[in-house]
Amino acid sequence: MSSTLRVRVWRGQESGRFEPFDVPRLESQTVLDVVTYIQRRLDPTLSYRFACRVGMCGSCAMTVNGKARWTCRTHVSKVAEDDCLEIAPLHNLPVVKDLVTDMTAFFDKWAEAKGQFRGERRRTDDFARVKPESRERVLVDEAIECIGCGVCYSSCDVVTWKPEYLGPAALNRAWTLTNDVRDVAQRERLSAVAGDAGCHACHTHMSCTERCPKFLSPSKSIAGLKRLVLAAALKGKV
Amino acid sequence: MSSPSPTAPLPLRPHPSSLSLRAQVLLWAAQRASAAVLAICVLVHLITIIYAVRNGLTAAEILSRTTGNTGWAIFYGVFVVSVAVHAPIGLRNVLAETIEWRGRSLDIAMLVLGIAIAIWGARAVYAVVVG
Repeated sequence: MSSTLRVRVWRGQESGRFEPFDVPRLESQTVLDVVTYIQRRLDPTLSYRFACRVGMCGSCAMTVNGKARWTCRTHVSKVAEDDCLEIAPLHNLPVVKDLVTDMTAFFDKWAEAKGQFRGERRRTDDFARVKPESRERVLVDEAIECIGCGVCYSSCDVVTWKPEYLGPAALNRAWTLTNDVRDVAQRERLSAVAGDAGCHACHTHMSCTERCPKFLSPSKSIAGLKRLVLAAALKGKV
Repeated sequence: MSSPSPTAPLPLRPHPSSLSLRAQVLLWAAQRASAAVLAICVLVHLITIIYAVRNGLTAAEILSRTTGNTGWAIFYGVFVVSVAVHAPIGLRNVLAETIEWRGRSLDIAMLVLGIAIAIWGARAVYAVVVG
């Protein structure tokens, strides 16, 4: 391990350039540490986004050496190639400035996929009881852990080719709700995620699953949606 | 080291498909189902070709075996129908994703392609089985 890391950081918006910085290497240093060092010691005009620093909030995803990653939990030693790092904003989203992307389209698609829970109980009603071992609850045991970081969306080829495609995260969210026995908007949700811009656009390249920092499988969630939607379509309910 | 440059903005757009959601889903299912049939058909077809070539069968000898044979008629009939279903649906996706051709014009073009494949294939099957 050399004492200095050569870092190229994207500056600008859609058009811009990579700017070089030399950053001292430290033990257990994360990519977010590197970006923070640059902003605090070398160039305070660098824009980037982070919040929790511990892999919970999903704010700090960036493209590191060509791959989307959560930077707060990505150690430099795991991703640096020849003591070099190239840090760019996420793909498939408009760049606001430097490493900050506009996540509007990403989260709008969660809403389009009917990613909001809709129950029928009121707060005066008794609690709904969902058994942890019930089939529906077990099916979404992984999927509910999504932190909405956008890594899967940024890594998805279909989103690049077909911008109206809802994308892995929104569909994964919809999958968790289709298995929520308390939710009463199932038919509407299945229609929202069906068809050419929905789950059926997925080619199962599995880049989302490969890159998900939480080791979730949006591909599996999408496959589940495909089955549910097909069954509904055959019954004339889509 | 790779050099990713940030991609252009990807505005949300409505999907201008002329097909209903249900039709889109059923097309998807038809493509998967036809793929399963084709997997078997292609295998049988390749084995048949290799058998014919390795045994030095002439065209006349092949035709004498296929003419009037109901089994081959059904097999190649199913093969042609599967291709006519599978190929246009797949091409519809490829064209939508690569050259952004969407909507009714694409759907009609693919329907025409499917019919054309079915007619050309049916002619071939007719020639081999009926003569």
